[in-house]
Amino acid sequence: MPYISTTEQERQEMLREIGVSSFKELIANIPEKFVMKDKLNLEPAFSEQQISRKVFQLTNTNKCTQASDSYLGAGVYDHFIPAAVDTIVSRPEFYTAYTPYQAEVSQGTLQFIYEYQTMICELTGMEIANASMYDGASAAAEAILMAIRSTRKNKALIASTINPNFKNVIERYTEGLGIELEFINSVNGVMDIKDLEAKVNDDIACVLVQSPNFFGNIEDMFATEKLTHQTKKGLFIASTDPIALAITNSPAEYNADIVIGEGQALGNNINYGGPLFGFFATKLAMARTMPGRLVGETLDEAGNKAYSLTLQAREQHIRRVKATSNICSNQSLCTLAATVYMALMGREGIKEVATQSITKAHYLAQEITKIEGFELAYPQQTFFKEFVVKTPIPAEEIIEKALNHNIYAGVDMKIFGYDNQLMIAVTEKKTKADLDRFLAVLKEVI
Amino acid sequence: MSTTIFEKSSQGRRGYNISKNDVNIELKDVLPANLVRKEDAKLPQSSELDVMRHYIELSSKNHFIEKGFYPLGSCTMKYNPKINEVVARQSGIANLHPLQPEETVQGALQIMHELQNDLAEISGMANVTLQPVAGAQGEFVGLKIISAYHQAKGNHHKKVIIMPDSAHGTNPASCSLAGFDVKELKSNSQGKVDVEELRKMVDENTAGFMLTNPNTLGLFENKIEEIAEIIHAVDGLMYMDGANFNALLGIVQPGKIGFDVMHYNLHKTFSTPHGGGGPGSGAVGVVEHLTKFLPVPMISKNDNGYFLDYSHEKTSIGKVHTYYGNFGINVRAYVYIKMLGAEGIRSVGENAVINANYLQAKLKDYYNISHADQYCMHEFVADGTIQKKKYGVSTLDIAKRLLDKGYHAPTIYFPLIISEAIMIEPTETESKQTLDKFISAMIEIAHEIETDPESLHHAPFNTPVRRVDDVRAVKQLNVRFPIEK
Repeated sequence: MPYISTTEQERQEMLREIGVSSFKELIANIPEKFVMKDKLNLEPAFSEQQISRKVFQLTNTNKCTQASDSYLGAGVYDHFIPAAVDTIVSRPEFYTAYTPYQAEVSQGTLQFIYEYQTMICELTGMEIANASMYDGASAAAEAILMAIRSTRKNKALIASTINPNFKNVIERYTEGLGIELEFINSVNGVMDIKDLEAKVNDDIACVLVQSPNFFGNIEDMFATEKLTHQTKKGLFIASTDPIALAITNSPAEYNADIVIGEGQALGNNINYGGPLFGFFATKLAMARTMPGRLVGETLDEAGNKAYSLTLQAREQHIRRVKATSNICSNQSLCTLAATVYMALMGREGIKEVATQSITKAHYLAQEITKIEGFELAYPQQTFFKEFVVKTPIPAEEIIEKALNHNIYAGVDMKIFGYDNQLMIAVTEKKTKADLDRFLAVLKEVI
Repeated sequence: MSTTIFEKSSQGRRGYNISKNDVNIELKDVLPANLVRKEDAKLPQSSELDVMRHYIELSSKNHFIEKGFYPLGSCTMKYNPKINEVVARQSGIANLHPLQPEETVQGALQIMHELQNDLAEISGMANVTLQPVAGAQGEFVGLKIISAYHQAKGNHHKKVIIMPDSAHGTNPASCSLAGFDVKELKSNSQGKVDVEELRKMVDENTAGFMLTNPNTLGLFENKIEEIAEIIHAVDGLMYMDGANFNALLGIVQPGKIGFDVMHYNLHKTFSTPHGGGGPGSGAVGVVEHLTKFLPVPMISKNDNGYFLDYSHEKTSIGKVHTYYGNFGINVRAYVYIKMLGAEGIRSVGENAVINANYLQAKLKDYYNISHADQYCMHEFVADGTIQKKKYGVSTLDIAKRLLDKGYHAPTIYFPLIISEAIMIEPTETESKQTLDKFISAMIEIAHEIETDPESLHHAPFNTPVRRVDDVRAVKQLNVRFPIEK
């Protein structure tokens, strides 16, 4: 049998040592009628060679983004990943290790998480970051739950310009707990500040705004902060893009209380939407109400520097019903990829990635609007690497036709309720030649 | 201890090599000055070689499966086959975007569809969602389904989930998150569900019963039929925490013994790697009448091929993940199941149980094992009460000494109902030789405790760092390296 080391002879020896004559005796305690009589109805076992071939054939029917020219975004992005990232995350020393509870034999994992936390603090300008959440959506939900816990208010205001998938997950995590969610209207592709002004009051636990928002537009975080902090206890939760943070206002500049976001863009593949990871950062004073794993520096018995998990008294294995979250893992390996990515890109590289993404996106946007029938959906807004265009024919048709040219033209906004609109994401990976070819194809297909 | 990557940084050094920007647009023309970040994020500046050396050095400080045995109870640290990794890292898997048109991802959808079906078959459930990304999120989804079931019937008063006091910490925490109240049931003297106490505790407010089977003592809950009858009699649902599903593979199907909902830990039972704490995958299976509550989308098949199925959106509990869960991880589990087939799956269950009983039989003369009078399933709980009482040596000391001998420690101080607990799960992938060596190490430690108990308090001695002061880590909280410039 694959992956089982015991030989038949050893099996017999072991049964003898246990004091039984057959395996059946070991499970005699299980009611007879519950023990399976028949074999499971599964495909016959594949050899390693056969399964490689089968999956290779299956993946060949997939048309991956690397074999095409992709403008798909909507929360997950195709940024360049240096080869060194995969070399590190492919090491079994990291990927087959367990959660670092036994600190003495887990210093590798603990130290990279400490470095990851530091890097996230640098990017966000916050004082403390956890070891990560499942994805940006669950990080957003957990941020709201944290705000509810720490303010003892039960109402959250949320900009309706957030990623609709985040909205779904937030609803899942907050329903049935007596929490009220209220959405702030949007106007011209951004949150309507006037509507926020009308809805904030002393009953709110928090205001959550995403910037760049789902449409790629940058929100007025300074005005949001002012209105939020005018309330008695309201906390300001910013959801953001880690690449954008390299060149746009850090959440510390606009005094956010909790900063979350989808971290995939930092050195992780898209993986058909998962695994992803959510980053989560806040102010030190709120550390104890924070969800998720946390690594701290300390000393060992000999007085040398060492790392260990810390503030575990917040967590489920100790607090049980009263834990700050039920989470008992992080997306450790994804954060390792992010850490190695940030270490390689460094201070300058990450700015370069961000700058190329925004300028190339703007080049494409500028040129698209020169094509008859295309116009920006939100021309008055500043966007980062993603933008929405109104299209002369249904976006679906454009997507379908562009695919014949091996191009993923973008996201059909119809699935989010907007007819004849296409959302286009551009990263530093695009060359001017790619963009010009895309433009030529757009001209042709309409 | 290694210096941090920040201390190795040098102004102007670079580890990236990306193409030059070839569009003729300046940043200042597209990003107004008031939106520009004032101060750079002080990320390190390193060469690629610096970065490689640094993280390779860190990697050498980890225990990991290929280095040594993990007798870690409840965590099922089995070997992670390499073919799984090779397959999952292919571009046709790793570089798919979740919003690509369905006709361009047929292979991916087929893998998900087959995995849904295989997991359903192995567990005797009717349908499976792959969306939850961790066991704890699987619990949350399962509980949301239980909640949706009662809501749909208008039974808003059903707010109580009962669970044994031996339950994993995530169980009560997930109940809180899902809006349930928790009632804990004291285990009986055999370490199992006290059926008579359960009968007294159940009432019309009971929404369901959450049970790990085999339980966290590694014992099969043999009164399962009676338990399910009691719960079902008040229209409650039976939830199985699948953390210990490895023991049942090919032997018992939870869907056929009274459970209505269960989650699978694909990173335990189905060999996907733990990744140093994640990403995992926590698929959830349900019986037929609960299928309509599963998260959207499911993966279905019609004449045109495979598709993301939102048809039950109105009754569904909705979404718990930005997209479709940890696809990259699910692919690994898929490959694993395909390579095992029905006989391989059964063989996993049998060998996991044999390995655990072998260890229990060999260790019971040296350590107290409260329930050694019963055969265990895939794991058992020994304890250090004798060593503690006679020599003042704690379970923590024993665990740390094991690290010196090249083993990861077992799960300790859990379940909470056994004091000084040492929970051991060998998994089926370990050989008799490995188990024999581990037995010798445990016996050696038992002898060391008798001859030199004092030294045990200071173990480990041979690990990359000595015993770590986690109290200091809390009291002098330092969770961020202070980068000066």
